[in-house]
Amino acid sequence: MLKDLFHKKKQRYATLTSQDVAERLGRTRTAPVEVSVPEGLMTKCKHCGEATFTKELEKNLKVCPNCGYHYTVNAMERILMTLDEGRFFEYDADMTAMDPLGFPEYPAKLEREMKKSGLKEAVVTGEGTIGGFPVVLGVMDSTFFMGSLGSVAGEKITRAIERAIAKRYPLILFTASGGARMQEGIYSLMQMAKTSAALAKLHEEGILYIAVNTYPTTGGVTASFAMLGDLNIAEPGALIGFAGRRIIEQTIRQKLPDDFQTAEFLLKNGMLDMVVPRKDMKQTLATVLELHGGGARGE
Amino acid sequence: MANDLMFEKPLVELQKKIEELRSFSEQSGLDFSEEIRKLEEKADSLASHLYDDLSPWQRTQMARHSERPTTLDYIKGMCTDFLELHGDRAFGDDQAIVAGIAKLDGIPVTIMGHQKGRDTKENIARRWGMAQPEGYRKTLRLMKQAEKFRRPVICFIDTSGAYPGIASEERGIGEAIARNLLEMAALKTPIICVVTGEGGSGGALALGIGDRVYMLENSIYGVISPEGAAALLWKDSGQAQRAADTMKISADHIHSFGVVDGVIKEPEGGAHKDNEATIANVRETIVTALRELLEIPTDVLVEQRYQKFKNMGHYANG
Repeated sequence: MLKDLFHKKKQRYATLTSQDVAERLGRTRTAPVEVSVPEGLMTKCKHCGEATFTKELEKNLKVCPNCGYHYTVNAMERILMTLDEGRFFEYDADMTAMDPLGFPEYPAKLEREMKKSGLKEAVVTGEGTIGGFPVVLGVMDSTFFMGSLGSVAGEKITRAIERAIAKRYPLILFTASGGARMQEGIYSLMQMAKTSAALAKLHEEGILYIAVNTYPTTGGVTASFAMLGDLNIAEPGALIGFAGRRIIEQTIRQKLPDDFQTAEFLLKNGMLDMVVPRKDMKQTLATVLELHGGGARGE
Repeated sequence: MANDLMFEKPLVELQKKIEELRSFSEQSGLDFSEEIRKLEEKADSLASHLYDDLSPWQRTQMARHSERPTTLDYIKGMCTDFLELHGDRAFGDDQAIVAGIAKLDGIPVTIMGHQKGRDTKENIARRWGMAQPEGYRKTLRLMKQAEKFRRPVICFIDTSGAYPGIASEERGIGEAIARNLLEMAALKTPIICVVTGEGGSGGALALGIGDRVYMLENSIYGVISPEGAAALLWKDSGQAQRAADTMKISADHIHSFGVVDGVIKEPEGGAHKDNEATIANVRETIVTALRELLEIPTDVLVEQRYQKFKNMGHYANG
């Protein structure tokens, strides 16, 4: 196999079980993790209405077996289904937001969001392997503050990019974001500049970057790192767009088509390389890594 | 005067009264010079009271004033030999952004910016300075051209944001903005940016990655418009005034955050009261910065630019 030709020296990792990953991310495996999948024996698909055993849905990577609807998954679930054997070494796990504008009720809202999601911020970054290839991985989580992009997410992603450069590991970012963190004002906007500037360096260094857009990827994240991959991939049905649907409808005074700003709409318009179902995602990523000899240009 | 803002009304009325008294004095031959002098003193003190401590919302209104100098006014007022260049070579030419080559203080530069119109007809053609992807791709094409010839790039920012429409999304407005951010961050030539009016969100930032970034005294720069913020925060876009305060979008705030390198003074009452003086101030700032930046080796310049943006943000336990 190609992989064997480019086989890298085996990396040493702290091997974490699912339980460890869960604890690192500040919650236990059994905690309710997804609002869209209520606890209970059966889950009714919000797309087709078909009821599925919740256990079966989980086993099916939270994709409706009947219609293929992709439920949102949180950062922990994404890491578990993407990295080899749940081995994950997290970066900057304790970084938390400040309140640079003195924005009314922001600190209290942050606290509520932490409690609700069990996360400290909207992105989890770290490293692990996919198909044996080491990668730097960042996963956004829309259960924390709608995955909004603030100083912490911007800094964690920028550091992850810098680590990918230093280690010459490829970078994979799963995006999920409602857009800018309004409560951080101009600092939030500048995170788009900061992350994009770091990606410019990564590309210069010949290191592979795969952007995986998941539901929802909107606003400032779409206008920065979500669209700057060597490969831009998305999950089926993912909402991806810059301006909000309501704003556009108000501006042009007409109703938008149903498929507007879906992954399929972007694929048709030439903005994505592929739409990849969740069940094929890990294998697809592994293949892309293999085709890039692991993901960094040889020196 | 038609170009006065609501909050200026007391001053405008006082000035009108002085004018009336003066012409009455001329017609009647009666001496009102003492009264006129007193009223003028009052007007001066009222003006300094009005303009010395403008609220963020008042500044927002000034930033949006239809008679403020536009990008083309700045270019034509401070440069010679301006050649406007058109098109993104892929889809079309977006008139919401103008761009070209000109000489500034004898130095050839690539110069560009969002362009608002003077009247409704022009504003429709220019989409009120709200660009579509092809507008940003035009600027990128010309920035890469500037890099090829090591020609400095100057960007004027004046937009409420990228145009929110079907075509924008179809042609990838997110990608177009993102690409500008990435390419500007690494561009091997000096970049100077000036927020001249409205610096609205990603559509503004897409021309805003510079070695030096300045704001005019009464310009604004924010992640969302005050109206948009009000709609999200209080479900009421009528609370824009409150949102302008909360969001800290005025030049003095943004400068204190270290996000811009300097604030350029405007004439009393705002840029629109004296376009020529405003343009002269902007020119002086740009030329001084340009001379400094041209002394810095390119690799140092690009690394300093990276570090500058890298340092923007506030976080704990990092």
